[in-house]
Amino acid sequence: MHDLVAITALGGSEPQVDTVGGVTCREVPGAALASAAARMGQETKASKALAKLIGAPAPGIGQHAGDTVTAFWAGPDQWMIEAPFDTHEELTDQVKSALGDTASVTEQTDGWTRFDLNGDQIPAVLELLSMLDLRNIDAGSVARCSIHHIGCFVLCRSDEAFSIYGPRSSAGSLHHAIVTAMRSAL
Amino acid sequence: MIINHPLLGPRDASEFTYLGDASLINRPDWQAEDAADAFYEYGYLRDNPAGEHQELWYHEAGDRSWLVVTRDTTTHEISKVELARDVARARGRSK
Repeated sequence: MHDLVAITALGGSEPQVDTVGGVTCREVPGAALASAAARMGQETKASKALAKLIGAPAPGIGQHAGDTVTAFWAGPDQWMIEAPFDTHEELTDQVKSALGDTASVTEQTDGWTRFDLNGDQIPAVLELLSMLDLRNIDAGSVARCSIHHIGCFVLCRSDEAFSIYGPRSSAGSLHHAIVTAMRSAL
Repeated sequence: MIINHPLLGPRDASEFTYLGDASLINRPDWQAEDAADAFYEYGYLRDNPAGEHQELWYHEAGDRSWLVVTRDTTTHEISKVELARDVARARGRSK
């Protein structure tokens, strides 16, 4: 029997937390992720099945929706589905059984890492990090963008709560970018 | 240069990568009698117009969609931006 020690994307045994000024960046290891891409001709059925799964209409362009299980728009007829890992470790299976043959579903949990930003001056940080048009981003918005050449999803959950998903293999670089921007802006 | 993405609105050109002539959508039938010649032309021969040009752009730092951008190569004016899949389906591809 292997005796492996679980570590976070940044390599610690506990998630890293950095606070600069009024903004906190928190490493979030506990998110399960799956992607769903509607198959050709099945787009309407897929978005209806997704709506049933998340308990809200399937998110449109640049939006996210849902409560415990949430989905966000990743591209035309494509979504990422996220849920707490503790209760939804089998998220991919759940999404696949909900969407059936209307979509192709892929496990994404270990491909990504998430950093949550909380505070009242997050736009000042994101202005340094990305080219996003922050005036057009409010609660419920999602945008894919480059942060220091790393392709990320930025989710706005409220004015004072953002989540950033980036590739797990670049977690250290992304964390460095975020914390450096926080130190510069705040 | 700003590309007006049909779904996401105006985005900076640095978010995109350029592939080339949108005629790449018209991949020849590999089972046709003249497939070898058709693929030679498809692979190597391009028009190089001074003026309006349809080209493929990839929104790499965005939603990863392929776009067909109609651009004037002499002025860089972009007159039309469409999703490549819509263009391809309108031409009878992906049936």
